[in-house]
Amino acid sequence: MRFTRTSKALGIVAIAALALTGCGAGGGGSTDGSSNAAGDPNKVITAYSNEPQNPLLPANTNEVYGGRVVNLLFEGLRSYDANGKAVNALADSIESSDAQNWTIKVKQGQKFTNGEAITAKTFVDSWNFAANSKNLQNNGFFFESIAGYDDVSAVNSVKGADGKTTTTPAPKADTMSGLKATDDSTITVKLAQPEADWSLRLGYSAFYPLPSAALADPKTYGENPVGNGPYKFEKQGSWVHDQSITLVKNADYKGTREAKNGGVTFKFYTDPGPAYTDLQSDNLDVSDVLPSNALKTYVNDFPGRNATKPVATDSTLNIPGYNPNFQGEAGKLRRQALSYAINREEIAKVVFNGTRTPAKAFAPPVIDGFKEGIKGSEVLNFDPAKAKDLWAQANKIQPYDDSKPLQIASNTDGGNKEWIDAVANGFKNNLGIQAEIQPFAKFAEVLNLRKSQQLPGLTRAGWQGDYPSLYNFLGPVWATGASSNYEKYSNPEFDKLLKEGLAAKSTDEANAKFNQAQEILFQDLPGLPLWDQARAIVWSNNVVKAETGWNGEILYYGITAK
Amino acid sequence: MIRFILRRLLQVIPVFLGTTLLVYYMVFALPGDPIAALFGDRQPPQAVIDTLRSQYHLDQPFWVQYGLFLKNLFTFNLGNDFTGQPIAASLARVFPVTAMLAIEALAIQAIFGVAFGVFAGLRRGGWFDSTVLVASLVVIAIPTFVLGFVFQLVFGVQLGWAKPTVGANANWVTLLLPAVVLGLVSFAYVLRLTRASVSENMNADYVRTATAKGLSRPRVVMAHILRNSLIPVVTYLGANLGGLMGGAIVTEGIFNVPGVGNKLYQAVLRSEGPTIVSIVSVLVLVFVVANLLVDLLYAWLDPRIRYDQ
Repeated sequence: MRFTRTSKALGIVAIAALALTGCGAGGGGSTDGSSNAAGDPNKVITAYSNEPQNPLLPANTNEVYGGRVVNLLFEGLRSYDANGKAVNALADSIESSDAQNWTIKVKQGQKFTNGEAITAKTFVDSWNFAANSKNLQNNGFFFESIAGYDDVSAVNSVKGADGKTTTTPAPKADTMSGLKATDDSTITVKLAQPEADWSLRLGYSAFYPLPSAALADPKTYGENPVGNGPYKFEKQGSWVHDQSITLVKNADYKGTREAKNGGVTFKFYTDPGPAYTDLQSDNLDVSDVLPSNALKTYVNDFPGRNATKPVATDSTLNIPGYNPNFQGEAGKLRRQALSYAINREEIAKVVFNGTRTPAKAFAPPVIDGFKEGIKGSEVLNFDPAKAKDLWAQANKIQPYDDSKPLQIASNTDGGNKEWIDAVANGFKNNLGIQAEIQPFAKFAEVLNLRKSQQLPGLTRAGWQGDYPSLYNFLGPVWATGASSNYEKYSNPEFDKLLKEGLAAKSTDEANAKFNQAQEILFQDLPGLPLWDQARAIVWSNNVVKAETGWNGEILYYGITAK
Repeated sequence: MIRFILRRLLQVIPVFLGTTLLVYYMVFALPGDPIAALFGDRQPPQAVIDTLRSQYHLDQPFWVQYGLFLKNLFTFNLGNDFTGQPIAASLARVFPVTAMLAIEALAIQAIFGVAFGVFAGLRRGGWFDSTVLVASLVVIAIPTFVLGFVFQLVFGVQLGWAKPTVGANANWVTLLLPAVVLGLVSFAYVLRLTRASVSENMNADYVRTATAKGLSRPRVVMAHILRNSLIPVVTYLGANLGGLMGGAIVTEGIFNVPGVGNKLYQAVLRSEGPTIVSIVSVLVLVFVVANLLVDLLYAWLDPRIRYDQ
């Protein structure tokens, strides 16, 4: 799922203090667990959510509230277990000898809840639909690695009289040349270039199969989606807009994510405050979004009924290359100095109440292949003396222009102001420069200026993994011309290592290359890694226990009602 | 009378154009690209963004956008909001909920406010009068959101008399708690207005006359004092109805009421011009009708007031 606007992250509380959890869960957990081991498997549980932003089509859903529904309604070729490990689901096997040509065997006898059979062709049709630019699917670019994607996703860009370009879909083909169903159970995929971690993505929602009704009329289908997952819509119109979505158990589902409750009702809240009150009075069963003022109290408010787990989300402070103060050799030293001047440990503890852990690399520790102590990662330590020293060295090469304060751009509605003030104070006190927040009312404003490269100073950035892969934290963010590389960082050497990693024969080999690529990031520091997040959830007295997956999404299917 | 009503209804047109134009322009002037803001740090393909932008006419200059909005409005096709849902359908969902809430709150203020006000006004300086005067001052001094949280905690969580939030099942019962919170502050104002008006009218000549010609006390109070005292109260309640229908953003937020206030708040966050202005258009009508009703009530309350001539 995408890192959605951080104003929403206001409540997405992330707690990393494992010690805290230890006490919290340890107290009541042991007795609760034994006495309620057998819950009521037919009861419907209620869960916190909000209105999904798009019709519920997997390849179109790129925000968390639609995502959690879609993930329960569908089962893909693979799925991710609680630790982020990809396991085969509808796939019997996924094989490739060269990381470029893949053969996928699809399990036979699988059906959508409307009785339509799922074959290799179902997947091929669904993927071609999602990749086709004229279908305007938000996650269409997930198929970019497949040969022929460029034709299917082709667009027409016209420059208007006012100088603005308008892009319209203009597909040159209906199917990707690299994607074929050779028989009912076999999909062959040819990628444009080798990608060792390609199969890791197959659990992501964009790759879910769609019934033919969805391809014929996506909009109508998206109101009442029919899937093949552990749950299904209770009835036509189960999605009551602005109020709730009710799912019931799909009795025909045979897979690893079988529902341990009778269903899930997602109740929509526009604010986490009322939800917290509902949780306390057992009117809501489980929530992953806590109001920020409950950060210090939720462990006591929900004794034995809370859990925290690190998730695959990190934050960086990006430094645009177009700022003259941060160019050349002097700029490099200055970027290091800034990094040394941030006291990550203390900010994580004091400002975030321990809801963040200081970053150790350009990817969070929960990702497979994460390595601590990458060469150059010592810049993540707090060392004011070294910071001062590096800053002085830089000034000898090229004097620093201190006529305007160094600004850190951010929207201030997501609780961002507090930590940015702390970081700015670190710069002021340790480097002797002026530094301040450049406040914006809304995330959209910052994003616009970032895209058009108009921000004078640093900017806050965050990334949530789409699928548990190291590459996902590097490629889309720092590769030359990548979709989220707004500061336009570019280093051919870094790109080359990423490419080599993708072409590697094994995941281990690939991860070694990716970690090597991170060494270059640590030299260049296009952004300063700040901290990684964890997710805190709480549950009511009506359910036995709840758990989150690798990406922080609650594993709703595993919750048993008392 | 008919001419008066017609004249008042005709006044709606300039008021309507003025407010929608202003509101539409303010939304238009908000910084940031609302379509880009729908997505997170990683954006969908540019073709998706551009198609959405032209679909919502965001690539057009202001006058074209506003003109299209007016055209849609008069053809009764409000279009879709940024999530692709028809705006008309979402208005049809939120307005009944807020209407229920507003009517309940208004009933609470009107019935209790007037009753308490009359009692206090008739025995000015008595213990009942002094008590409600102080109590109403306290209620007025407490901000709505504090009242909301306290009521939610006490009645919703601790005593369990009501569900702490409304959510998907909005009906007269579940909306009672937020309606009480919403009505309480205005209740205090209504009480004070009634009290002042009643105690002033008690010394009026016509009251003395009515008592002198031997009318019973209840008749004097109901037909003479109260009826004449209601004019300022009705004015206040009428203006209040418009405000209540506009959605009590704070109260609806605290109790998670899926009403106008919540919808409006969401739409503002998303810079969703068409949704905001559609809601405002309905509100303009509500305000105008409420004020018209108040004016007509004047004539009924005080027959000396005439609108024709």
